[in-house]
Amino acid sequence: MISVSNVNKSFGDKHVLKDVSVDIPEGETIAIIGRSGSGKSVLMKHLIGLLSPDSGTVTVDGIDINAITYAELRRVRRNFGVLFQGGALFDSMNSFENVAFPLRTFSEMGEDEIANVVKRCLAMVELEDVGEKLPSELSGGMQKRVALARAVALQPRYIIYDEPTSGLDPETSNTIDELIRNLADQLNVTSIVVTHDMHSVLNIADRAAFIYEGRMHWTGTIDELHRSEDQILKAFVTANEYKIGLS
Amino acid sequence: MIVVKPTLDIILNPLESLGRFSRLLFHAFGAVSELSIYRKNLWEQMVKIGVDSLPIVTMAAGFSGAVTTVQTAYQLVTPLIPRSIIGAIVVPSMILELGAVVTGFILAGRVGARIAAELGTMRVTEQIDALESMGLNSIGYLIVPRVLAGIVMFPVLYVAACFVGIGGGMLIGDLGGFVPAEEFMKGAREFFQPFDPIFGVIKSLVFGFLITSISCFKGYYTQGGAEGVGRSTTQAAVASCVFLLLADLVLAATLL
Repeated sequence: MISVSNVNKSFGDKHVLKDVSVDIPEGETIAIIGRSGSGKSVLMKHLIGLLSPDSGTVTVDGIDINAITYAELRRVRRNFGVLFQGGALFDSMNSFENVAFPLRTFSEMGEDEIANVVKRCLAMVELEDVGEKLPSELSGGMQKRVALARAVALQPRYIIYDEPTSGLDPETSNTIDELIRNLADQLNVTSIVVTHDMHSVLNIADRAAFIYEGRMHWTGTIDELHRSEDQILKAFVTANEYKIGLS
Repeated sequence: MIVVKPTLDIILNPLESLGRFSRLLFHAFGAVSELSIYRKNLWEQMVKIGVDSLPIVTMAAGFSGAVTTVQTAYQLVTPLIPRSIIGAIVVPSMILELGAVVTGFILAGRVGARIAAELGTMRVTEQIDALESMGLNSIGYLIVPRVLAGIVMFPVLYVAACFVGIGGGMLIGDLGGFVPAEEFMKGAREFFQPFDPIFGVIKSLVFGFLITSISCFKGYYTQGGAEGVGRSTTQAAVASCVFLLLADLVLAATLL
């Protein structure tokens, strides 16, 4: 379980996260939603200790990740797979090497076994044939799918998705949504999806947490989201529905 | 107040950079114990920094030796000074100064800029965050191999530069009729000091460390997209050259 308690974070004069608290139970898919610049990605980086809060705590399985050594933090991070907004594939490696990288670095597997796992992961994202291709030779959607294959290669307990569908066409977005849902069902991982795409949220999430102007404004299940009378949340959801309606 | 803040910034900004640079080095040295994980990366960097730089370094050193020979001969037109003095000037110049400094400037431009651009791009495209999120020590993985490769390969390049530079000087001296090769080497041997090559190797070790560590620092802490990568790359090359000259002076003043 991941627990964020009363986290504050400022960059210079800008107070980005204001007393943010949220609990993410094991096995759940939670969508952290909010407008661009509301602090979603900053919160996401706190979950794996890429940023430290000015005050407040972030605990993973009961461990306060800001009160441990760097070596211990790195051990905690090995429970996570992260899909970054732009994929963050290593551009000096081809797709196969990208997916094999965490296996070669952290597992005791031999090359044959690694090759099998990589093939399985690439097949899961329906990209069996791109192993030899460099990231620059792949489309944005394909890069994200290879990055997703890399994120799940070590079978993490938590997967964080940072804007998984941003910049993608609706069809590719649906494919990514489907992959996220399948992974959550098949591997029983805890998924944290940072997004402002309500279409995705409705497709994949069990619960949503809405950040507004740096504060955790609302949390609840998707059913509760539909029924909510909160004006700010409704305005955000409606704006998305309007966009979906137009597209 | 309008005057105080910029003045304070002028003092505090370099101090802040020095603090961050020291912290980066501290973390890098802490990661040396995990070098077995980064061994493949170290080998790749040794090839990129050392082997790939060899053609341009030797070419520049060869021309430096040749030009130094021609200019020394031009200044020594009097028959009262033996021609062998040209070798006595060119060889120590290459060993004490030109071999290391010419190599240093080339590496600052070629290697320093490449390192800063590479790490800067990795930073702005979240590749460094990806390494960290996997549980890898990104400083150990990215910086330690580059700095170690610089420290190991720079002396090798320095030695190559000295041999080619001295050879170039001797060849031009002989072919151009300035000084026969035997006399050139006679002068070189007469004034040879055993400490000179040791000093040159010490200098090249320091230069190798400075260029790679400064470039890694600039690249690793890049901010602000493509423009930030460009800024880091320029700063890495300029700062490497400035600190190289400073170190050159300090080492000469303290060791010679």
